[in-house]
Amino acid sequence: MSGDIIGIWIGAILTLGIFSFLYKDNPFYKFSEALFVGISAGYWFVVTFWQYFVPKFWDNLSLSFHELVANGRIDYHWIYLVGGFFGVLMLLRLVPKIGWLSRWSLAFIVGTTAGLQFTRYLESNGIRQVVGTIKPLVVGGNLGTSIGNIIIVVGTFTGLIYFFFSKEHKGAFGGAARVGVWFLMINFGAMFGYTVMSRMSLLIGRMDYLFSDWLKLIK
Amino acid sequence: MDEMANREKKTLWENLLSIDRRIIFIFIALAIALPLFFKTSLKMPVSPVVQEVYNAIESLPAGSKVLISFDFDPGSMPELQPMAESFFRHCFRKNLKVIIMGLWPQGPIQANIALDKIFRELKEEEKAVKVPRYGIDYVNLGFTAGNEVVIDRMGHDFQESYPADAKGTPLSKIPLMQGVKNYDNIDLILNLSAGYPGTQEWVQYGVDVFHVKLAAGNTAVQAPSMYPYVQTGQLTGVLGGMKGGAEYELALKRPAKAVSYMFSQAIAHVVICLFIIIGNIAFFTLRKKKTLKLEK
Repeated sequence: MSGDIIGIWIGAILTLGIFSFLYKDNPFYKFSEALFVGISAGYWFVVTFWQYFVPKFWDNLSLSFHELVANGRIDYHWIYLVGGFFGVLMLLRLVPKIGWLSRWSLAFIVGTTAGLQFTRYLESNGIRQVVGTIKPLVVGGNLGTSIGNIIIVVGTFTGLIYFFFSKEHKGAFGGAARVGVWFLMINFGAMFGYTVMSRMSLLIGRMDYLFSDWLKLIK
Repeated sequence: MDEMANREKKTLWENLLSIDRRIIFIFIALAIALPLFFKTSLKMPVSPVVQEVYNAIESLPAGSKVLISFDFDPGSMPELQPMAESFFRHCFRKNLKVIIMGLWPQGPIQANIALDKIFRELKEEEKAVKVPRYGIDYVNLGFTAGNEVVIDRMGHDFQESYPADAKGTPLSKIPLMQGVKNYDNIDLILNLSAGYPGTQEWVQYGVDVFHVKLAAGNTAVQAPSMYPYVQTGQLTGVLGGMKGGAEYELALKRPAKAVSYMFSQAIAHVVICLFIIIGNIAFFTLRKKKTLKLEK
């Protein structure tokens, strides 16, 4: 029995273990679930160590140390010590008395992310989308584009009206808000439909694995 | 005895409303499993957003450089792996140079799985097409940590994020990477994304900062959030979920996994719709009966 075949059998048995929950909770399911959680934790620990810590921190500092010893030069890689320092502060959460120091690291992460994302979100998901909705309502000789543009403009405008709560939703304003709700509902429906398709895709993938890779019933 | 009498009194609609969920599971399982045994290809039109992705690759002259970012893991294989295989088929058929990378640790491994399959196919089926050579026709840069910062740094210099490929060979010693400094030397970027970091980050940092040409393949959950980017021209096109992958295979005139899966997908959706309709009919019929009883 080759390693591949053993792997396929283990995968198939654990898949059936997870599926068994659909009938009812049982020890086989619990075992499969616990194994999955444990292996995931172990896997991510190894990935984090070898893909993040070693290449980004250890290797870079080793280079700097080598440069210092060999040539007496201090190169820019020593900057990684700052990251290492904040990393150690995060671990201080395990020491309740000085656990508050980890907030420095969190503040650094939150501040950096906010600063980095603010301009990008504003441009890509804000300004560019607003520009995308400013369209001519009538495009000569192209009925389909005209209808599409009208739908985009009306949908955006009425959708925004629905979220304007400073004025009571009555009369023409209320009517526009109701149209906005319809657009929102159609959007949610489409998103839900796509989610169902995604989940079905995962089930199809597992079924194909069982019937093709494991049982070899499908060529 | 009373309980038994009550049970006998239950109408068909009442039984349907209190149906055991496990019966529904069996129907869904059968709806998914049985169609897999039929090699049926559904006919479906190729939507404009998918056609745009196809055209973007098709319009590139031989020798053009395509960067494919694999930002997903095995959890999204049924949706994104067929897309990855189609991208490779299309690129190698057109003799394009492919640079592989990943913002997810497992991404480049998924690329290798897809490549193995494509190379087997090329050897078995299309003997006229030469098997691509590593370092000359394609290269796998592997994964590097940093999420969107990696995209940003690559815009200045690839070497800042990837001093070497996945095998540890310095980029300067890889023939394919000669003359590739940053996105200015890349003709098209394809992104296969299952979440963060993914297409949104490529749009925010790659497209809107460095003006790269980007097309994407997404999981169905993500797809509705990506269509606005196509409308604004930030994305060249999108393959949305398994259906997007199937349409791309049809555009490529090379139906494969995604097309065969779509038959199961369609039958499962029909079964779900039927259950929704039956449930609603039962609900409204019983409500009407209760209202009539109260009126009497």
